[in-house]
Amino acid sequence: MIHDKKAHKYGMVIDLDKCTGCGTCAVSCMSENNVPFKEDESDKKDSITWMRVYRLTNNRPFPDTEVAFLPRPCQHCGGKGDHGHSPCVSVCPATATDYGYDTGIVSQIYTRCFGCRYCMAACPYHARYFNWWDPVWPEGMEKYLSPNVSPRMRGVVEKCSFCYHRYQLAREKAYANGSDEIPEADYQTACTTACPAGAIVFGDLNNPSHKVHQIVKPDPHPDPLNPDVVGKSRNPKVFRLLERLGTNPKVYYMSEREWVRKLGDHYLDGEWDKVKNVYGSASHE
Amino acid sequence: MSEIENKTEHGSMDGATAGTAGDPKNDTGLGLGVIFFIVAFLICFLSGWLLFPKLLYSKHEQPFNFDHVLHVEETGDCESCHYLRDDGTFSGIPKTESCLDCHTDEPMGDTKDEAIFAAEYVAKEQEVPWYVYARQPDCVFFSHAAHINAAGMDCKSCHGPIEETRTSRPYEENRLTGYSRDIWGKNIWGIKKNPWDRMKMNDCAVCHEKETGHKGYCFQCHK
Repeated sequence: MIHDKKAHKYGMVIDLDKCTGCGTCAVSCMSENNVPFKEDESDKKDSITWMRVYRLTNNRPFPDTEVAFLPRPCQHCGGKGDHGHSPCVSVCPATATDYGYDTGIVSQIYTRCFGCRYCMAACPYHARYFNWWDPVWPEGMEKYLSPNVSPRMRGVVEKCSFCYHRYQLAREKAYANGSDEIPEADYQTACTTACPAGAIVFGDLNNPSHKVHQIVKPDPHPDPLNPDVVGKSRNPKVFRLLERLGTNPKVYYMSEREWVRKLGDHYLDGEWDKVKNVYGSASHE
Repeated sequence: MSEIENKTEHGSMDGATAGTAGDPKNDTGLGLGVIFFIVAFLICFLSGWLLFPKLLYSKHEQPFNFDHVLHVEETGDCESCHYLRDDGTFSGIPKTESCLDCHTDEPMGDTKDEAIFAAEYVAKEQEVPWYVYARQPDCVFFSHAAHINAAGMDCKSCHGPIEETRTSRPYEENRLTGYSRDIWGKNIWGIKKNPWDRMKMNDCAVCHEKETGHKGYCFQCHK
């Protein structure tokens, strides 16, 4: 059944010009996914933030200073050539994380993970977090936990799942209605629905009727200069993080500002000028 | 034969006898060892296979006995009480409110169990704290809609002939994990005759592989 159906490829595009850095996405993510918080959330070696907002700046003196904010969920990499060999999935010795070829979503199974943290070392986006301690909630707050997401224990790795439980519920609803299609509105991540600026657009990158597909316009062909890169955006404003690695993230970013787009990767002197006008602004060589 | 020769022969025979004199003793020691091994093996084997499962699982009686036969006669099918909601989620065991469609705080019949239900739960507006035999660990996502609507299965194919049960059997809880014994299975040899004998991850995978050609990805059943 899985193979008969046309596979989904869920992804998102985040408009960095709309993002105000308010952090609502991060808060909604934590409450939706039972992410424990720490007494000192500023201790970044201990705190867990599936959705983390980074602050970018153009490093220019006043009055030319500009600031942008970049929310970073798990990028749900398709791996080189988009074959499903994500950096974390490839290294996991326990098969505690796998690539769902039906959705394009990278899973994390907490009961299977034994906490070697190899995946954290492999992830180029620092999207994975380790539970150094058992989660502790203020008394009474454990009653507000979502029953749709299993809580984690100490010693396992966790990360953003694109709110997969919402996909499970949406699919269940579709089955009950005797339909095979999951409507775009039925499966949206918590951060998408919470963002007050509407900066996050989520949907199926394989479905041309979905908004995310219309914005990103993913290239169906591999990048001729770097065949590892697949699904590059044909929208000149859209880029992905460290796109030249060939990890093929399903999280796209969008900005009018050139300096923001340039921060999506590390460019050597002169490299940026060669690629900035090519689609997606991050072609190789 | 001379006497000397005779003596020598006898003497040599004596020597031979003396040389093997310890053997019968050794045999006794070996026999004891074998007996000790067998007895120790039996003790370990029996305690591991008979005693340990009893230690591992604690038994709980349900709050009161539930007669499925009687209820199916009245309602006609499973879906009257255990139904899919409009959003596709499964209602599971009915809340007391659903029972009030038929029941009141005055018992309709004359069974002891209904009297308990009416007095303790209906009159006091409490939910019955049923033990759920088929409850999966909380890392598992199971969709009844997918199996009933999409795969066309009926309740019986996984749950067995529940509608023929007149009594609620004791619930067995694993003391270490807190899970129901129905998940791990009753048979210590791991022999499974019916789908409802055991419902571990591999049992899901075997059926999925047979029916859909694929075990499914982790997130299909995990959350």
